[in-house]
Amino acid sequence: MSDVTETTANSQSGIAEFEEGLGDPVLRRRARIWQGIFWVAMLGFLAAAPFFLYPVFVMQLLCFALFAAAFNLLIGFTGLLSFGHAAFFGGAAYIAGHVLKVWGFPPILGILTGTLFAAALGWLVGSLAIRRQGIYFAMITLALAQIVYFFALQMPFTGGEDGLQGIPRGHLLGIFNLNDPLAMYYFVAAVFLVGFLVIYRIIHSPFGQVLQAIRENEPRALSLGYNVDRFKLLAFVLSAALAGLAGSTKALVFQFASLTDAHWQMSGEVILMTLLGGMGTIFGPVVGAFIVVALQHALSGIGSWVQVVIGGTFIACVLLFRRGVVGELARLLRINSL
Amino acid sequence: MDPMIRLILAQGMLGLNNGVFYAMLSLGLAVIFGLLNVVNFAHGALYMLGAFLALIMYSYMGAWIGMSDLSIGFWPSLILAPILVGCFGMLIERFMLRRLYKLDPIYSLLLTFGVTLVLQGLFINFFNASGTPYPGMPESLRGVVNLGFMMFPKYRLFVIVFSILVCFIVWYVIERTRIGSRLRAGTENPELVKAFGINVPLMVMLTFGFGTGLAGLAGVLAAPIYSVSPLMGANLIIVIFAVVVIGGMGSIAGAVVTGFTLGLVEGITKVFYAPAANTVIFLLMVIVLLVRPNGLFGRQG
Amino acid sequence: MSSTTLTKPMLKIENLHAWYGESHVLHGINLELGEGQLITLLGRNGAGRSTTLRSIMGMVDKRTGSIQINGAEFINKPAHRITPEGRIGFCPEERGIFSSLNVEENLMLPPGVGDGGISIEELFEMFPNLANVRKRMGTRLSGGEQQMLAIARILRTGARLLLLDEITEGLAPVIVKTLGRVIRDLKARGYTIVLVEQNFRFAAPLADRHYIIEHGEVIDTIEAADVEASMDRLNHYLSV
Repeated sequence: MSDVTETTANSQSGIAEFEEGLGDPVLRRRARIWQGIFWVAMLGFLAAAPFFLYPVFVMQLLCFALFAAAFNLLIGFTGLLSFGHAAFFGGAAYIAGHVLKVWGFPPILGILTGTLFAAALGWLVGSLAIRRQGIYFAMITLALAQIVYFFALQMPFTGGEDGLQGIPRGHLLGIFNLNDPLAMYYFVAAVFLVGFLVIYRIIHSPFGQVLQAIRENEPRALSLGYNVDRFKLLAFVLSAALAGLAGSTKALVFQFASLTDAHWQMSGEVILMTLLGGMGTIFGPVVGAFIVVALQHALSGIGSWVQVVIGGTFIACVLLFRRGVVGELARLLRINSL
Repeated sequence: MDPMIRLILAQGMLGLNNGVFYAMLSLGLAVIFGLLNVVNFAHGALYMLGAFLALIMYSYMGAWIGMSDLSIGFWPSLILAPILVGCFGMLIERFMLRRLYKLDPIYSLLLTFGVTLVLQGLFINFFNASGTPYPGMPESLRGVVNLGFMMFPKYRLFVIVFSILVCFIVWYVIERTRIGSRLRAGTENPELVKAFGINVPLMVMLTFGFGTGLAGLAGVLAAPIYSVSPLMGANLIIVIFAVVVIGGMGSIAGAVVTGFTLGLVEGITKVFYAPAANTVIFLLMVIVLLVRPNGLFGRQG
Repeated sequence: MSSTTLTKPMLKIENLHAWYGESHVLHGINLELGEGQLITLLGRNGAGRSTTLRSIMGMVDKRTGSIQINGAEFINKPAHRITPEGRIGFCPEERGIFSSLNVEENLMLPPGVGDGGISIEELFEMFPNLANVRKRMGTRLSGGEQQMLAIARILRTGARLLLLDEITEGLAPVIVKTLGRVIRDLKARGYTIVLVEQNFRFAAPLADRHYIIEHGEVIDTIEAADVEASMDRLNHYLSV
């Protein structure tokens, strides 16, 4: 009763999505248990998947899951919508492919080179895009990613419309032959797990807490003395680098880097995966990637209707299902982080 | 005349011809953004829809409804197609976008992105993905005009003049008339405008219809020049976004001027280094972001 | 309600509750006034006075209770129908002058709500300062000019019930005096007026009745005749 103010109008927007029970120990314990269940399920799936699913399918799935998780670091935990993440995913795929194929780099070094390239590109794109806020940010990232796409189309080493083909998988640490599907699979699973753990650590670090504070209320974070732009840029670079890790790995798996990976439609797909799984959740992007990739495989027979289905899913998610699968599940279980 | 200057003028005219579409599309985008705070990703797809409607009315509709003689020509299409696209836009606003106004504007961007994919996917299924020519260019606009420095297609000249006229009328209506003053007031403070007894939700719907109708109009104008393809709007919308970042969405005149100018710049770039023509607008965007982060006409919200 | 109204009430509010988002701002406001009367809503900042006006206008997220204007119920009407059907003129806090519209456009913006609106010429006579700046943009007006414009534009529409929110706030004494004259003139013309006011010395000579609002409720009502006798109470309510 006492906090009746006529200025309340200003704060009305933030109320809807307010997180409840953050400090309640019972709820926190419940959240920890469910997170544990998800971890066990995911690790179990990683270990067993190649024995009951087609390994290439699972590897593709893991690359996209990592890509979506990296993207989620921005949209879900910093509140920035990048519409150009395909540039990092696809760009890294080309660079990794090139150094693996032409310069003869070993697999790990090739993937790292792609990742590093994506980080550098992320720094360039990010430092330009954070000069504008909100919806402009999305438009700028989209436009800058289009430059990368044109480069991929026109540069001599990328193979233009045909893409960069025949990337060798090579031998891991000179020992394990990655042409063996199972060896390749466990390598990809390890890469995914490392990437996912890095993201998990970032989210739960003090740095991640600042990012979430920026997402909740940027002016307040600014007035608390945080250099908001630096935090945003660092988040952007990390997200781009991890997207690059996913893209490089995918190039190694498929021995192929193509324009599709750098196209704006890919940027849209990673948004859909994250949205569908649950923006700002830990496991959501993985679940979302699973659904989208599985959907694409299941619908591969109907040609370009896939695009209609993807678009329709987008519309349905935005209108009816903004929390996503995992977010909705977390709400049903009444926990605030899953 | 010096051949170099001749070449620059010629490419400039062709560039201006592209600028027409940049101007009309970013104008519609700016009008919509002003009142609705929505960036309409589907603007490119609605431009494509406008072109397809013209094509369908000319070449296919008669056969579809069993009257093979029926063919609606360019001039009626120029009026009908934008109205149809505008009505489609109003449906999107009424049944989808309206539910999202209280949320972060990224949701409306994502929604219209979804609409883009659906439209694109549908037309790829029913039409040739690589494009179909529009045969309905009116007889009176065929042929070329001698501009002194080049022979310029009559139709393209018509498109340039007609679009400048359309942009001017839109500017005039918004900046100088009573109905425009309501729109400007609604852009500033919709709540108060509503409290004055103006039906703002209706105004919002009509504005979205109008903005998307402009995209449809641009599509009809484009049909005889470029081949009509499901992807014709997809690549364009990204360029338009760059145009909008450069010009800022706060000013109607700014959007139009930026659109025409960038078309011109792009055309002239072809003279000096053709491969850069694709990316010059994006590179200009980078420069603007470095020098004037809020855009040339920036009064950003 | 302790007060009695001789005429049939033009505006009658019963048990009005209002919310911004989740926060419950008004907790059962009751008030009424007859045609041609002027009441003030007094109270501290944040007490809920402006919100009461905004609730009448439908500018809150949720409202319950009853708002009757000339006997018709308004609580469920959509915002854009309240003004024309209630013949209301609303002058918001911060004045609500549109910066991208010039003086004339601002003046012509609100659609008419009935006959008997004051003509443009007469408005320019009433507010001579405005006549000289007809084409000036809203942003480039002084505070006083903005306030006069905000009042002028609702008089044009033919509104009979005026809701005026903090019209003297931040203005020079000479302008406050002009406004006082205008309000008295409007009252003499038979307008019904609700005044949210911080400046009691401005409001006291104009009002038929004062409503004291605190924590979103009417906690006291003071008739104009009883003001002298109630100065202690008033000072207590209004002291910061």
